[in-house]
Amino acid sequence: MLLRHTKKEVMEREALTINPAKTCQPIGAMYAALGINGCLPHSHGSQGCCSYHRSTLTRHYKEPVMAATSSFTEGASVFGGQANLVTAINNIFSVYEPDLIAVHSTCLSETIGDDLQQIVTKAKDDGKIPEGKKVIYAPTPSFVGSHVTGYANMVTAMAEQFAENTGEKLDQINIIAGWMEPADMREIKRLAKELGATIKLFPDTSDVLDAPQTGKHVFYPKGGITMSGLKSTGDSKSTISLGCFTAEPAAIALDKKCKVQFKSEDIPVGLRATDRFLMRLAKAARVKIPESVTDERGRLLDIMTDMEQYFHGRKVALFGDPDDLIPLTEFLVDLNMKPVHIVSGTPGKRFEQRMRDILSDSVPDANIKNGPQADIYLLHQWIKNESVDLLIGNTYGKYIARDEDIPFVRYGFPIIDRIGHSYFPSVGYMGGIRLAEKILDVLMDRQDRDAPEESFELVM
Amino acid sequence: MEKLEILEGRKKQVYEKTKDAATFDIKCETTSLSGSVSQRACVFCGSRVVLYPVADALHVVHGPIGCAAYTWDIRGAVSSGPELHRLSFSTDLQEIDVIYGGEKKLYKSLIELIDQYQPKAAFIYSTCIIGLIGDDIDAVCKKASEETEIPVLPVHSEGFKGTKKDGYKAACDALMKIVGTGSTDGIGKYSINILGEFNLAGEAWIIKDYYEQMGIEVVSTMTGDGRIDDIRRSHGASLNIVQCSGSMVKLAKMMEEKYGIPYLRVSYFGIEDMSKALYDVAEHFKDNPSILDAAKKLVSREVGELYPQLLDIRQALAGKKAAIYVGGAFKAFSLIKALATLGMDVVLAGSQTGNKDDYTGLKEMCDEGTVIVDDSNPVELSKFILEKEADLLIGGVKERPIAYKLGVGFCDHNHERKIPLAGFVGMLNFAKEVYQSVMSPVWQFAPRKGGL
Repeated sequence: MLLRHTKKEVMEREALTINPAKTCQPIGAMYAALGINGCLPHSHGSQGCCSYHRSTLTRHYKEPVMAATSSFTEGASVFGGQANLVTAINNIFSVYEPDLIAVHSTCLSETIGDDLQQIVTKAKDDGKIPEGKKVIYAPTPSFVGSHVTGYANMVTAMAEQFAENTGEKLDQINIIAGWMEPADMREIKRLAKELGATIKLFPDTSDVLDAPQTGKHVFYPKGGITMSGLKSTGDSKSTISLGCFTAEPAAIALDKKCKVQFKSEDIPVGLRATDRFLMRLAKAARVKIPESVTDERGRLLDIMTDMEQYFHGRKVALFGDPDDLIPLTEFLVDLNMKPVHIVSGTPGKRFEQRMRDILSDSVPDANIKNGPQADIYLLHQWIKNESVDLLIGNTYGKYIARDEDIPFVRYGFPIIDRIGHSYFPSVGYMGGIRLAEKILDVLMDRQDRDAPEESFELVM
Repeated sequence: MEKLEILEGRKKQVYEKTKDAATFDIKCETTSLSGSVSQRACVFCGSRVVLYPVADALHVVHGPIGCAAYTWDIRGAVSSGPELHRLSFSTDLQEIDVIYGGEKKLYKSLIELIDQYQPKAAFIYSTCIIGLIGDDIDAVCKKASEETEIPVLPVHSEGFKGTKKDGYKAACDALMKIVGTGSTDGIGKYSINILGEFNLAGEAWIIKDYYEQMGIEVVSTMTGDGRIDDIRRSHGASLNIVQCSGSMVKLAKMMEEKYGIPYLRVSYFGIEDMSKALYDVAEHFKDNPSILDAAKKLVSREVGELYPQLLDIRQALAGKKAAIYVGGAFKAFSLIKALATLGMDVVLAGSQTGNKDDYTGLKEMCDEGTVIVDDSNPVELSKFILEKEADLLIGGVKERPIAYKLGVGFCDHNHERKIPLAGFVGMLNFAKEVYQSVMSPVWQFAPRKGGL
């Protein structure tokens, strides 16, 4: 009983987070930056931050993750980190030869007051940024928001610091990817192609964090949106952002800078969110949804109806990031499941509002909490008070799943004890089929395990 | 493949042993170059990994959430009892705390926690910004300690204040405040403490069992399946046995100075070093010849069992090449010897935190053509692995996927080891793991040497 220390009585905690359902901003910025072709993410802070983020991303993707650090020392913390960052920029371009560097800050550099914009301008003025290369920057103080915020801030920086409105509209639609897996980004591109819509997807970590084995360690894998691609987003006809926490801020910035209008959608997880996304894309690109995609939808729906009896009434506890949980909860409700406990460490009022809307008919009194002290410890306490049939969340859910003997589906970030998440999409109709399969697998395995011999069923 | 360059400022931290290279002056113990893709971590990381296995203490990370999140149960340090150390506690500092200070929040957290969990002690880790925002964690700890009547110990581990090694020192300082606070009644003459063994995959239990078989009393394993009450009385032991080059020598030195307890540096990896670790302790207690007799018996029995099993593996691995990149250089010594036992050649040896003596030692041990690196990066590691045609890389989490991408076998000799590699049984496990990885059929589909 690893979590034997969890007490059943829920007491109001003021000052403490136990077993967090979030982490800090910079890792989100680092992940987003890896979605630009030829980009080296750079952590402006202590060496440990960069090391921890790389290790966590490596554990999640089983891939090498390259990123540089300013390697702060005591001197830097007294005199400011400008010299470190300018030296770093110089060293990186001369040795690692990226097309661009994406700098994010840390709690340390934010607290000592380093101004990334000013430092990058200085590096440029000093001739440290070679012709045709670029340095973008995003402030990501670790004491604000969460990793979700950091991702949003870096994607916003991409829009603000790359997009250009040349006055000539291009026949393309921007799709701003909320925090999703490389497989999901690949699936979005595939669906757009099926529809015949020309899109610019950013960031795009497919072919970066799911790179094939070639016998080489490639510093900059072939995937990611190119710098020219990012620049052209300012001339696109319109933008669809996927995820109101991780993608919408960039869409707003792009609209503000280049007058590219946007529509905010959810990450297309489940039937309805995928419907909305595809209809939005079809309308924006003036294309029709082809029969092949309609058939995919039909197959997902077929599984939902065929297996309805195994889903209905099952209670679910879930934790993770807002943009993942919102469409997932909607999907679970459509499957006639009951999401009763929902936790996200990421703050933001829209989360609870959306959740209450989605659950208003089916589970109006669900336990929902996000922000400080909304942690996995609280979720466990809730489960102790009202048990569930299924737990959905990142790898850290395995402690609860084991101690409380609850079927568990891994979903979210990080997943450091299984593979699959970076290869098989959760988005689109095919992603819905995969999620339904994963949920059914654990529920039916449990039924098989627990069934008395006389009612152990061959056909299910 | 294309020629890869070494960063100008890094050239002094890379050395290739050749006939002509008469001078050896590797640069080390420096901070990493800004802009380097270094594999190193920070001060906080050093403190956290050392103290983490003290299982009946609270470990509270004072700072923004990340530092606690990234170090939540990432080290397979096994406990035979309480598992409080495997939870993640953070003050989760917000912007308002950065402006007004986090002392009150820390104090409240401590009181809430100690009340709920009734731990034997609490370690409070300060992260990068704590000093900058002016929190006096010493004062908070003192107050909390007085109120709760347990030791509440500040660990000064601000990430930027040095390297991982400085984190080890901060951890030793915190431990030293617990040492000497318990009763030494009943501790015999032939008694030791085991320092710098973290009980990954249960290794400390193996080592402890060996010493106990020799008739030696193990007072405290300190930071491997560690218990506060044992650490409190550890000053009653006659000898400290220190493994792991950087982390715990400082504590051993402090205990020597204050309590007159001598210490021995040992390693438990490989037949040679493991045997020496037992014999050295027997030698220390030479007034009791039965200890040496028991050690001889133990070694002869264990090696007798082990050696025949190694022979087949050795035959398969003879002449294969290995690259080593680990945290502490002392570990590299043992690995070189253990690989020699398997008939393998070491073509690259490096560490994140070695000092000049360490590297001189490495140079002495290595054959000609071996590359020695300090604070290396993925570009260098890839370059040397390919150039030297290594069949195996030994490293940690960030090095593993690099090896696999290059089509080279891998052995984790760090936090993510799944089976004990220490002791005689560990040598067999190590041999099996290296054999399985190097000889795996998957490499026939994974083109090595840059796809040639």
